[in-house]
Amino acid sequence: MQYLYPAALILLIISALANKKKTIKALSSAAKKFLNILPSFLTMIALLGIFTLIIPIESVGDILSQHTNWLGLLIALFVGSIVFVPGFIAYPLSAVLLQKGVPYYIIAGFTTCLMLVGFASLPVEITYFGKKIAITRNIAGFIIALIISLIVGIIYREF
Amino acid sequence: MSKFTKNLKYYIPVLVFGFCVGSIITNFIPGIILSKNIWEYLKNLLLLLPPVFILIGLFEVWIPQSTIEKHFGESHGISAWLWLILLSTTIVGGLYVSLPLAYALWNKGTRMRLVFAFLGFSTICRIPMTFFEASFLGIKFTLIRYLIAIPLVILFSVILEKINRKPITPNPQNT
Repeated sequence: MQYLYPAALILLIISALANKKKTIKALSSAAKKFLNILPSFLTMIALLGIFTLIIPIESVGDILSQHTNWLGLLIALFVGSIVFVPGFIAYPLSAVLLQKGVPYYIIAGFTTCLMLVGFASLPVEITYFGKKIAITRNIAGFIIALIISLIVGIIYREF
Repeated sequence: MSKFTKNLKYYIPVLVFGFCVGSIITNFIPGIILSKNIWEYLKNLLLLLPPVFILIGLFEVWIPQSTIEKHFGESHGISAWLWLILLSTTIVGGLYVSLPLAYALWNKGTRMRLVFAFLGFSTICRIPMTFFEASFLGIKFTLIRYLIAIPLVILFSVILEKINRKPITPNPQNT
């Protein structure tokens, strides 16, 4: 995130020096696009707020360390699809879970679903791509996470 | 889509945010916790999204559609996948940042399967995240995950494109 603002600013300055008209067009198009998608983003935030109320981030570790078997994997995949945990929290948490005896394959399933599948971001995805694409892509993400998890389990000899 | 589901994106935030305001006024504890959660997400989002949309705006006006169509369009080559992986690794944030970017690529004529691949790679192959993962879970874990994830994302992008074959033109409402 730290380099997003400098990058946008530098490119904006270069663009303005090259062509003022085009730059103004770019900015107004950026603002328009942002405002158009904002309701969907607000829906996403509202959903995330509700999910976090039901599954607080602090409780994710407890939920994932309860079952270290197939059931645990399924729970991890579902929790990973629903909650939003940034990487800088998810990976330290995963390291703690490993020490607690949670197998690698559950961690792999959880972190992959966390990144690839977004139940809360579906409103945004549907607005952009339509229902069918959004839903099939998320299902595919879930299957990818499951396959990754199974192969990780085989490689680490956890089955 | 029916009118009701189409308007859900207005009803849900209005309802939830209204509930938050009501909870703060009446000191309803679960509602206040909800408000705090939402405030945190809102802050992050409003901080992260403006530069993303500025970059999208610049991309829109400066990159000709023909360039994107030539390299990422219907008849793209194998190198398109590699460029896409390289581009994706630099993306920050989560799906909510990748989605507007993916849509901008799609809008410029990027082939559907490459859009799916971008969404996949940008969420599971990001460089900052990779370092985090490797330092906490070990390089072996990260390597294995990459080696499995990249072919899977490519495979599923092709499958997803086949499934969603019919209406694959961007929604003009968002352009």
